[in-house]
Amino acid sequence: MDIGAQTSLNRQLKRRATPASKRMNTDLESTIIFDNVSKFYGEILGVNRVNLVIPPGITSLVGPNGAGKTTLMNLMTGLLRPTRGGVTVVGIPTDQPEELFRRVGYCSQFDSFPRGLTGREFISSFLSVSGIPKKQAEDWTEMALERVDLLPAGDRKIGAYSKGMRQRVRLAQAIAHQPSVLILDEPLNGLDPMVRAETIALFRQLAAEGMHLIISSHILHEVDMMSDRVVLLNNGYVVAEGGIHGVRDEMDVEHPMQILIRCDHPSLLAARMFRTDEVVEARMHDDRHGLFVKTRNPDRFYLLLNEVVAQGEINVESVAPVDDDLSAVYEYLIGTQ
Amino acid sequence: MSSTAETIQPGTATRRESSWSLWLRQILAIMRLEVKKNFLGKRAVLIYLLALMPIGLLALIAIVKPADRDWIDFVQYPKLFSVIYNTLILRTVIFFGCAWIFMNLFRGEIVDRSLHYYFLSALRRDVLITGKYFSGLVTAVVLFTTVTVLSMFLTFFPHFFSASTRFFLDGAGLGQLFTYAGITILACIGYGAFFLVVGLFFRNPIIPALSLYGWEWINFLLPPLLKKVSVIHYLNSLVPVPLSEGPIAVAVEPTPAWISVPGLLIVTALVLLAASRRIRRMEIRYGGD
Repeated sequence: MDIGAQTSLNRQLKRRATPASKRMNTDLESTIIFDNVSKFYGEILGVNRVNLVIPPGITSLVGPNGAGKTTLMNLMTGLLRPTRGGVTVVGIPTDQPEELFRRVGYCSQFDSFPRGLTGREFISSFLSVSGIPKKQAEDWTEMALERVDLLPAGDRKIGAYSKGMRQRVRLAQAIAHQPSVLILDEPLNGLDPMVRAETIALFRQLAAEGMHLIISSHILHEVDMMSDRVVLLNNGYVVAEGGIHGVRDEMDVEHPMQILIRCDHPSLLAARMFRTDEVVEARMHDDRHGLFVKTRNPDRFYLLLNEVVAQGEINVESVAPVDDDLSAVYEYLIGTQ
Repeated sequence: MSSTAETIQPGTATRRESSWSLWLRQILAIMRLEVKKNFLGKRAVLIYLLALMPIGLLALIAIVKPADRDWIDFVQYPKLFSVIYNTLILRTVIFFGCAWIFMNLFRGEIVDRSLHYYFLSALRRDVLITGKYFSGLVTAVVLFTTVTVLSMFLTFFPHFFSASTRFFLDGAGLGQLFTYAGITILACIGYGAFFLVVGLFFRNPIIPALSLYGWEWINFLLPPLLKKVSVIHYLNSLVPVPLSEGPIAVAVEPTPAWISVPGLLIVTALVLLAASRRIRRMEIRYGGD
């Protein structure tokens, strides 16, 4: 990342990284709280000064490799201990696994399993390890296998599963004990497009049932499709967090919103628009039937556009923002590294 | 994905009950998983080979009787077995067998990258230590007590069947058999706790294991106080047929059973307590391991 981008990131940080302790107006029992959390692996930075309050719904952790996504997830589940600060998940400190994992399920990225078990044995065994009585464990195992469409393969050894099936059996294991918080590290890896779509639908259904879902992914359009909010990470820092459009709106000063207007007289429209202060840049589309406009105040811009259209000189076919999505936010804040 | 499955209600898993009955159920669940793995997993092959070593050797001796004087005189047999037990079974088979079984309880799972499934269960980590330890203990006790008993029978019966029958039914044989079995169980308890901790604390457990092996072997040379900082000293104090440790050995009175047995159990409990403290702070970073 260049120095300019880094400076920009730091500014973003200062603006958004308000200490979690100051934002505790949200219910402690229903949120995941990172309070000034840092994690170092020796001298190597994992994450630094993370302050987050994650409410229910689907939250995606997004960032390049090494950004700190998995570290954050491992901190949330007590697989790692913070060097500084503290993490609580729905009010439970992460060093109390006996309480934490009654409420939390974690589908990690480790594609490995205890040796010699079938899918059904794998899920029911670890339900029993959690203290679930045998009959209930068997019932919940069936439900979990059914939810991920693995019932027919339940009695096969996991060693004989395909990568996608292994991913699904891990997902089944993570949801089998009916947690209220589900943490998923790259859960769509290895799934074919059909199963991917079904899995996203399952995530939405779980979120609709009131579950917290924390998902890490590097496939931006899928994150865009399923997330209520995103946490953008880079080099161990939280670069931005919030609803995707909210984050985009906050970036208007440094990265004006780009809008494509399809119309019959784009040069006339450009001339009209430049009479106002709202447009900072206008560029003709390659096919000369559209105009890209950059504005720092989209709401005001749309009002002006209405006025221009009302004058009857220009016929507008469509108006659409072109960088009001996660990919653009990612590109602006993190860049293509 | 199925949409027909019953809707999962978050949080319904929480059900309070007596902690002890919950922990007991969790320990039994861990033991079911681990004992099966210990006996049937690929890593069990080495244990079976170790266990077969004295049995194979004694079976061979049963077929080809040595011409040595000791093997001709039945009176020498209890002493003969004591030597076999002390050098081959206790110091080799049980020591290395326990090292392999107990170190792999955690180290093996770290190598396989599957320990996190336990850490992600609603389970106190000290309960995990207890469950794993007892699963290792069950495996070691079943295997090595069987080896001890079979080895004793294979030493006595093939050469002097009727004398051996009398020795076991009317003489001291049965008492000695139970004592050796008891020493085997105590050895599994003591060495097991040590090796479980070694597997938790050390990335390369071979060096501490070999260090203990050396320490146990030079025990006869150590001054009386240092002798007591070992497992073998207490086990040797219990053997029914004491052996001479040689002319250069530092002579010391055997520790009475009423001290050595509870002493070993107390030290084992302390070692497991240290393991419990360690595992509470343990992180899962397979890459770093």
